[in-house]
Amino acid sequence: MQVDHGVKEAALATPGQPAFLDSILLRVGLVLRALALPTVFILVWQLAAVSGYLPPRMMPSPVKVAETAFDFVLGNSNSPGAYAFSGSFAKHAWVSTLRVAQGFSLAVLAGVTLGLVLGISRTIERFVDPILQVIRPIPITAWLPLSIMWFGLGHRATLFLIFLGAFFPILINTVTGVKIVDRRLIEAAEMLGTRRGQLFYRILLPAALPSILAGLRIGLGFAWVCLVVGEMTGVGTGLGSAIADARELFRVDLIIVCMLLIGLIGYTSDRLVVYSLRRALRWSPTLFR
Amino acid sequence: MMQHNPIPNTPKVEVRRLSKMFAEPGSVKHTVALSDVSLTIGPQEIVCLLGPSGCGKSTVLRVVAGFEQASDGSVLVDGQVVTGPGPDRGVVFQEQALFPWLSIYQNIIYGPKIRNQPRETYEALADQFIGIVGLRGFEQHFPHELSGGMKQRVAIARVLMNSPEVLLMDEPFGALDAQTRSTMQEWLLAFWQTSPRAALFITHDVDEAIFLGDRVYVMTARPGSIKLERTVNLPRPRTLDMLTSHYFMDIKREILNSIRAETNAAGALPLVF
Repeated sequence: MQVDHGVKEAALATPGQPAFLDSILLRVGLVLRALALPTVFILVWQLAAVSGYLPPRMMPSPVKVAETAFDFVLGNSNSPGAYAFSGSFAKHAWVSTLRVAQGFSLAVLAGVTLGLVLGISRTIERFVDPILQVIRPIPITAWLPLSIMWFGLGHRATLFLIFLGAFFPILINTVTGVKIVDRRLIEAAEMLGTRRGQLFYRILLPAALPSILAGLRIGLGFAWVCLVVGEMTGVGTGLGSAIADARELFRVDLIIVCMLLIGLIGYTSDRLVVYSLRRALRWSPTLFR
Repeated sequence: MMQHNPIPNTPKVEVRRLSKMFAEPGSVKHTVALSDVSLTIGPQEIVCLLGPSGCGKSTVLRVVAGFEQASDGSVLVDGQVVTGPGPDRGVVFQEQALFPWLSIYQNIIYGPKIRNQPRETYEALADQFIGIVGLRGFEQHFPHELSGGMKQRVAIARVLMNSPEVLLMDEPFGALDAQTRSTMQEWLLAFWQTSPRAALFITHDVDEAIFLGDRVYVMTARPGSIKLERTVNLPRPRTLDMLTSHYFMDIKREILNSIRAETNAAGALPLVF
C-alpha cells in the first residue's frame, strides 16, 4: 500500500496537513465555487431592479423576493400586504412533498416490477411494450382533463399525474438495465452452480441496479414537474397550487419563491434517493454523485 | 448431474464428431460454425486449441462447458453426455466475467456459497487461494479496482474453489500485455503442477499453446474442424528456455505453416501489391 500513500500525499494541497482538515477546505471550496455565479447573477439582478430597468410588477428585486421568502416560511404579519400565504410554507411544502412521495412510491413499485418482468420475458414484452410506447409520449398536461374526470378535482387526480410522470422513466430504465446485463455474467453464474430461481435476485437485480437508480432519479425529477401540473387541478394546498394562486394575485415574488423552494426540496429528495442506494452501489466505478 | 465413476482408459473429455450450426433468428439461413470436430482430453492433460480467427475454437469450448448444445455429434465428460453448465467444468472467460457488485473475496467464495455449503468448509480454502493467486490484502476490493491480470487470477481462483475436474479456459490471457501474459503462463503451469487436471486451453498464440500444452490441436477455418494434432514431448515442469529449443521451434514451424495455410485459404489480406 506504499503506492496509495504516495498518491494521497501528492493530492494534499499542503502535504503534512491532516487529511480531514483538507477535506473540509475542499468542501468549502466546492460550495464557494457553486455560489459564485448565482451571487453574480443576484447582484446584477438587484442592480437592474434598483436602477429601474426591471418593472417591479414583472420582476421584483431579489431583496423583495427574499422578504417574501422569509414571510412565507417564517410568517411575519408585519410585512406589507400580509396575506393568507404568510407562514404557510410548512403546510404547503409538507402537502406537496407527501404527494410526490406517495405518487413516486407507487411509480417505483409499478415501474420496477413491470420493468423487471419485461426485461426478462421477451414474450410478455412483445405483448405489452407496444401499448406502453404509444402511451408514453402523451404529455402529462394532456392527461389533466381525463384525470380530473376520473378522480375528481383534488388529491387523487394529482397523485395520478405524479405517478404517470415518474412511472415511464423508471420502467424504461429498469427494462434497459435488465437487458444489458452481460450474458457472460449469467453464464459464469450458471457455471458456478446457480439455479434458475437464484439467477434473478443474485445476478440480474444487482447488475441492473445502476440503471434502475438512474431511472429512479429521472422519475423523481418528473414527479416534481407533474406535481405542479397536478396541483393546478384545484387542490387548494401545496406549493404548485400556491404558484397558481399567486399568479392570479399577480404576486410574481411569491411565484419565484415557490419555484425556488420546489427546486430546493426536489434537490434534497434526489440526494436522499442517491444516498439510500449508496451502499448497494458502492461497487460501481461510476457511482452517481 | 455428472456421475463420478469414470471407466478406466476413457479420456476425461471426449468430443465426438461435433457439428454446430447457428440459425439466424427469423430466417432459414444457418451458419455452420463447426463441422465434424473430434478431440479428447486426458484426466491430467492440458490440451491447447489453436486456429485462425473465427474458426470456432470458442464454440468448441462453449459446447463442452454446456453453454451451447451440439447440433450433431456428442460431447462426453467421464463418459456422460454434457447437458448444461456446472461447477465440474470450470470456465475462465477472456473478459473474466467477475461479478462487479461483489468484492474479490465474495467473488471467490461465490460457488460454494451459492450451493449452500457451510462456511467452515470453504473459508480456509478461500484464504489459501487468495494466497496462491497473490492477492492478499485485496479481499475487500471490488473488481473495477483491479488490473486485468489480477482480475484473471480472481477468475481462476473463483473456478478452482469448486474443485473442477475439467478446466476450460477461453483465451484467458488474450487481453493481457505480453509481460503479464508470460508471468501468468508460468504461474498457471506452476499451480497446475501441484494439482494436475484436464484442461482445454483456447488460444491464438502458438508459443503459448506449445509452452502450456501436452497436446495441441490446430483447427481449420470456418466451418471449423480439426486439421492437425501434435503431441508436445517436452518434460514437465516446463521452463522458459524450452521456448527457444530446437524441438520447440520445429513444432512451432509446423503449426505456423498449418495455420498460415488456413488463413490464406480463407482469403486473407494481400501481401503483394
